[in-house]
Amino acid sequence: MASMRDIKRRKGSIQSTQQITKAMKLVSTVKLQRAKQNAEKSGNYFRCMYETVNSILQRTKNLDHKYLKSGASGKKAVIVITSNRGLAGGYNSNVIKLITRGELAEEDLAIYAVGKKGKDALQRQYEIKADYSDVIEEPVYADAMAIGKEVLEAFAKGEISEIYLAYTAFKNTVVHVPTLLKLLPVEVNEEGKLQGEAEEAAGEDKALMNFEPEDEEALNLLIPKYITSLIYGGMVESVASENGARMQAMDSATSNAEEMIDHLTLLYNRARQGSITQELTEIIAGANAIS
Amino acid sequence: MADNNLFTLKIITPDRVFYEGSASMVEFNTTEGEIGIYKKHVPMTVIVNPGILTITEAEGTKEAALHAGFAEILQDEVVILAEIIEWPEEIDINRAQAAKERAEERLRSKTPETDILRAETALQRALARIHVIK
Repeated sequence: MASMRDIKRRKGSIQSTQQITKAMKLVSTVKLQRAKQNAEKSGNYFRCMYETVNSILQRTKNLDHKYLKSGASGKKAVIVITSNRGLAGGYNSNVIKLITRGELAEEDLAIYAVGKKGKDALQRQYEIKADYSDVIEEPVYADAMAIGKEVLEAFAKGEISEIYLAYTAFKNTVVHVPTLLKLLPVEVNEEGKLQGEAEEAAGEDKALMNFEPEDEEALNLLIPKYITSLIYGGMVESVASENGARMQAMDSATSNAEEMIDHLTLLYNRARQGSITQELTEIIAGANAIS
Repeated sequence: MADNNLFTLKIITPDRVFYEGSASMVEFNTTEGEIGIYKKHVPMTVIVNPGILTITEAEGTKEAALHAGFAEILQDEVVILAEIIEWPEEIDINRAQAAKERAEERLRSKTPETDILRAETALQRALARIHVIK
């Protein structure tokens, strides 16, 4: 049995760890509230964006447009949104797994890293094209514009043929889904929806919509905005997910620490009892020996 | 002139709802030129160019500097998805002035590397900001 002193020391160290995890949990709870609000506020914008781009694409199915077909080069760009800090449970590794699990061939990838954890994990295997890790601390729309502009330029030059976005979708406080989303070429899936959530009923009155300038030029101008808004949306949701994940991780860490402390307290008391008993036995034995 | 000439105007930016209310007219600059929209406009989607946004409400007019985005116009509703838009009180006049001079300087000293388009939009933006404040 470990000595009383050892147990006491161990208990102390767990206690101070627990204090840290508790504090981190509180901090990420507050940050989560804010990030959640941001994600909700920006939701409006993206819904309108989806609908508009959708309705244009639906009407112009056969359009031969540069943003609608993949280029000649085989390179694929992936914008990987992770966090700069760890201790968020599986948050970062889940995003990284999206890329390493093998759907995308290793040599074809060019990574645009947003978030240090993703960059560190991927740089051994993949080519890191650019690093925007600073922006994830507090994403603003201008950051998304800068990233969007860079990938679109590379796309226009033919350096890359497809653009993906790897981020963590924020469903609610406890459910975060790592998602790999194809940004370019824009694909209208079977139901004519970009994101599955746009409603059906809108189809009728949108049919009469005029575009000024004409469709093709409108696409030229709209798609960069659409990409930017998706990137921004990905960043905002990822931040919310990060804090949600960290909150959960820290919550379970705190309760695990609690459990360990309980167990150690039991052991400590047992050891103390044991040593008292032993002392008594020794004293009695000693007294008996004298008399 | 009852309330029936009002339509719903929504201006949404990525991080907030900038404006939501009823207006009788809204004017702004598009890639095809400046337009003014009343109720019952033909449904249309337009792309925004930097310029001044004027909202005519029942009680008066409001101005803002609108820089980028696009607008979806329906018969009784106008939704402007603005990437960048500012009320006059949010604009930093000194910065706008400096940006204007920089852009003008770039346009004057045309070198082959100058991105004319970028300089022009920058100038347009700066002018819109300055105009809105005045």
